Amino acid sequence: MITFDSTPVAKTDRIKRLVEHLYAKMPEIEAARAELITESYKMTEGQPVIMRKARAFEHILKYLPIIIRPEELIVGSTTIAPRGCQTYPEFSYDWLEAEFDTVEKRSADPFYISDDTKKRLLEANKYWKGKTTSELATSYMAPETLRAMEHNFFTPGNYFYNGVGHVTVQYDQVLKVGLKGIKEKAQKEMQVCNFGDADYSTKMRFLEAVVISCDAVINYAKRYSVLANEMAEKETNAARREELLTIAQVCANVPENPAETFQEACQSFWFIQQVLQIESSGHSISPGRFDQYMYPYYEKGLNEGSLTREYAQELIDCIWVKLNDLNKCRDAASAEGFAGYSLFQNLIVGGQTVDGRDATNDLSFMCIQASHHVFLPMPSLSIRVWNGSAKELLLAAAGLTRTGIGLPAYYNDEVIIPALVHRGVALEDARNYNIIGCVEPQAPGKTDGWHDAAFFNMCRPLEMVFSNGYDQGQIASIQTGDVESFQTFEEFFDAYKKQMEYNISLMVNADNAIDLAHAQLCPLPFESCLVDDCIKRGISAQEGGAVYNFTGPQGFGIANVADSLYTIKKLVYDERKISIGELKRALEMNFGQGLDMITAKEVALQVGRALDAAGEKVTEDVIATTIEKVLHLELPEAEKNRYQEILDMIEELPKFGNDIDEVDELAKEAAYTYTRPMENYMNPRGGMYQAGLYPVSANVPLGAQTGATPDGRLAHTPVADGVSPSSGKDVCGPTAACNSVAKLDHSIASNGTLFNMKMHPTAMAGEKGLESFVALIRGYFDQKGMHMQFNVVDRETLLDAQKHPEKYSGLVVRVAGYSALFTTLSKSLQDDIIRRTEQATNR
Amino acid sequence: MKDYFNVKGRIFDIQRYSIHDGVGIRTIVFFKGCALRCRWCCNPESQSHEIETMIVNGKKKVMGKDVTVQEVMETVRRDMPYYTRSDGGLTLSGGECLLQPEFAKALLKAAKDMGVNTAIESTGFAKYETIEQLLPYLDTYLMDIKHIDSVKHKAYTGVENQRILENAQKIAKSRQTELVIRVPVIPGFNDSEKEILDIATFADKLPGVRKIHLLPYHSFGRGKYEGLNREYAMGDVAHPEDEKMQKLKDVVEKNTALYCQIGG
Repeated sequence: MITFDSTPVAKTDRIKRLVEHLYAKMPEIEAARAELITESYKMTEGQPVIMRKARAFEHILKYLPIIIRPEELIVGSTTIAPRGCQTYPEFSYDWLEAEFDTVEKRSADPFYISDDTKKRLLEANKYWKGKTTSELATSYMAPETLRAMEHNFFTPGNYFYNGVGHVTVQYDQVLKVGLKGIKEKAQKEMQVCNFGDADYSTKMRFLEAVVISCDAVINYAKRYSVLANEMAEKETNAARREELLTIAQVCANVPENPAETFQEACQSFWFIQQVLQIESSGHSISPGRFDQYMYPYYEKGLNEGSLTREYAQELIDCIWVKLNDLNKCRDAASAEGFAGYSLFQNLIVGGQTVDGRDATNDLSFMCIQASHHVFLPMPSLSIRVWNGSAKELLLAAAGLTRTGIGLPAYYNDEVIIPALVHRGVALEDARNYNIIGCVEPQAPGKTDGWHDAAFFNMCRPLEMVFSNGYDQGQIASIQTGDVESFQTFEEFFDAYKKQMEYNISLMVNADNAIDLAHAQLCPLPFESCLVDDCIKRGISAQEGGAVYNFTGPQGFGIANVADSLYTIKKLVYDERKISIGELKRALEMNFGQGLDMITAKEVALQVGRALDAAGEKVTEDVIATTIEKVLHLELPEAEKNRYQEILDMIEELPKFGNDIDEVDELAKEAAYTYTRPMENYMNPRGGMYQAGLYPVSANVPLGAQTGATPDGRLAHTPVADGVSPSSGKDVCGPTAACNSVAKLDHSIASNGTLFNMKMHPTAMAGEKGLESFVALIRGYFDQKGMHMQFNVVDRETLLDAQKHPEKYSGLVVRVAGYSALFTTLSKSLQDDIIRRTEQATNR
Repeated sequence: MKDYFNVKGRIFDIQRYSIHDGVGIRTIVFFKGCALRCRWCCNPESQSHEIETMIVNGKKKVMGKDVTVQEVMETVRRDMPYYTRSDGGLTLSGGECLLQPEFAKALLKAAKDMGVNTAIESTGFAKYETIEQLLPYLDTYLMDIKHIDSVKHKAYTGVENQRILENAQKIAKSRQTELVIRVPVIPGFNDSEKEILDIATFADKLPGVRKIHLLPYHSFGRGKYEGLNREYAMGDVAHPEDEKMQKLKDVVEKNTALYCQIGG
């Protein structure tokens, strides 16, 4: 695309009203799907799993209540209530039953649930006892793995309790040949099956399941066609009647047939996006390169004169609204880790074509514009940046970032494409990559990536080095020796690497167990028929049918580990200012900053162990009294002062995020302790493991399960997110932070890295602000950074920054003729800027 | 190593990701010491060449250190990718870089050798021979002209303006650098339309000068005066209103051929 029209199109009133309608009420949990899948499963006992899945999908789509919301142009809702959610008992259900009474009141992502729904779910769930993927997965795990999970080294919660999702299917194929065409592909494959083939039975069943699933979706669309016609008959407003009649016609034609118009393409896309979520409860089902596969229909409409840019924009806006209509209820702990009702439907614009030319087109701009119009979290809009990116597109993206919506996220083709090629992805597939969920790159329509497979807390193995494998009085990891016996930093670091390797192997054990459970209990025929090469191979993606198979669990806490290692290297071994034993006690005592119940218990159990080793009898009473003592422990003044001294010494040390090579080098090495061992493992689908370095929002809840760390981080406070510097430790401005982060080896973390940066809207003011912002991203990417996203902070944050300046030392604000770090400004100046922000953010 | 890398100078800060003092993303080196004593100066710690202590957020902080060109360039070089992507580079500010001309020249030369854009933000108060030796290495000279009336200039800055105005003419005539005139708009000193227009008319006549920046007064330096235990001479003077600045800009653009910008 050499030329493009980047002129913005105005927002219509319809979009405003659609958004208002969507957010009028708290989202609600509905029971229909759980009941329907249970009904179907009861009818198909004894049949092959893949057929049972197909029949259940058919049954659900036949009877799931449908609705066309007021003024919608793109139709298809999974629940009657806006932003409601269905449940998926085939994966897990007991957590929801346990949370029935709290799910409405919890702080992260509350859902309304009626008494009637509770009753109906309880009834349906009964069937699933002993039949869920999570139960089967647990039975496959090694005892050491279950122990490690209990001790919070990692959590594979995502797929343990839910469907996998995390896929981009062949939307382009559905638009081009329709589901009719997909069915034909399956039927052709059936015809070439030989009776004598070893896989005849499984392949035929799978292909049959594909045909049933495609028909199920076609018929589901036709139900909407009928409903639209019925509504049109009753409609008194002539304009709306016309719209409903068009909807009826569109839904009768797609997704069965190839899309003829842009509206049909939009509607066809939407049905696929929606029913994938009905088939499984997976999140991060990502639309991917929407601007690329939709463009032919847009272009055709404009050329024929049957489409205006205005109507195209309104249809795109409608899709953006619908993407927010989908929802999912997670267990309370996971909801904390994925806070914000997010389904992580990542949609990406820009980048390169498969032959390596700039891919920017009109729709790339219209997608950015849609996020301006709708101003909601979905889709997770992303933008691909490469050396030949159109500058206008980057400036338009920066303009969206400036609004504070946190979108888009920026991705670097120049790192991601070679990283994927290194993993065995063909060059043209790699050039066509998109992002799944948060930050995970993959080749669309050909990959089962199992991105987001687990959260691994890199600080916990560090604790194990100090405790020699003990946690809460029990052996929880391997024993790497008494930390006080380590004479050199290298010995310490080696022990850390061993702790990492051991726990990584357990995480792999957990993921592989879950992987197997999904393959055996929840193969997904519909999703699989839209992922190459499942039809050809005659097996589902869950059983290894995709061209590319990966498992990508993510580590986080690099900044804490890096700064901790630097503390140990510098203060303990180089300068000998503190002994390792002293540091160990300082950590146990939370640097004398007060102990909470968890830490007190930990200390008491250690006392118990020492007593036990000395041959004394340790009863529960002894432990209880010790806890009591420890909790109210007044440390001797001298000891307390020494801990404060140690904390001050740590505070004075350089930290990751300030472009200081010595520290950044340790950060790189720390990241390798996670990313390198991962390359040694394979999953049951025949694919390899690849590491990611990002936390979603798990760094907060998982930080709460982590004791004090040698970087001066106090017990149970959040750990650092992604590859970002520890909050408030990057004090040399954005370019220094970028440089530090760029020194990590991003290419090896081919499941994605996440770099969060805070900016103030005023630092991005005017044309110069935007241009500099774009140059900042490009400068980071030139140094092989992979991803960047921005919090453009608001007034509340600034107020908080005043109260807790230590957390915000990297925050850049525009002052008068210059930009400055917010916390270095005087109180009165800060007040002034806060006042100004109110205007700046007044939309 | 190039010999000028060993030249030493005294600075009080290096600020990265500055986007308002020259083209693109810039690193600003703040020189310590200035010949002027502008009442409104927002960097009072820059005025004395002596190393001093300032209270910042309740903590004592030493202002000023002696560094070599090499040490400074190590920091400057780190942002090379950002200069490349934004046509940015190095800006010398202060204080006044012309008071340490050997150091200033060596820094500018080093930046040019690196292939980045160079700028200085300067009062222009020095012998022309001093300025002249910097020009071959200087892309942009951001020069303050605060008042056309020398008496008033002296009253508010401590020095007369003849030398500054003469230097402006000589620099412009040399055609070796892009000269941009900057005017701090200070209420009660130079904020009348006539006073601003006098400066603009002067600037307009300078050969090759196309741009003038009007920088509205702000009191953000007030806290620093307290930190240095010095009195803030501006008292409670308020910053000029946006409308007023816009009006001054309109007057300049209507009566001269200059492109006028509010702020840096």
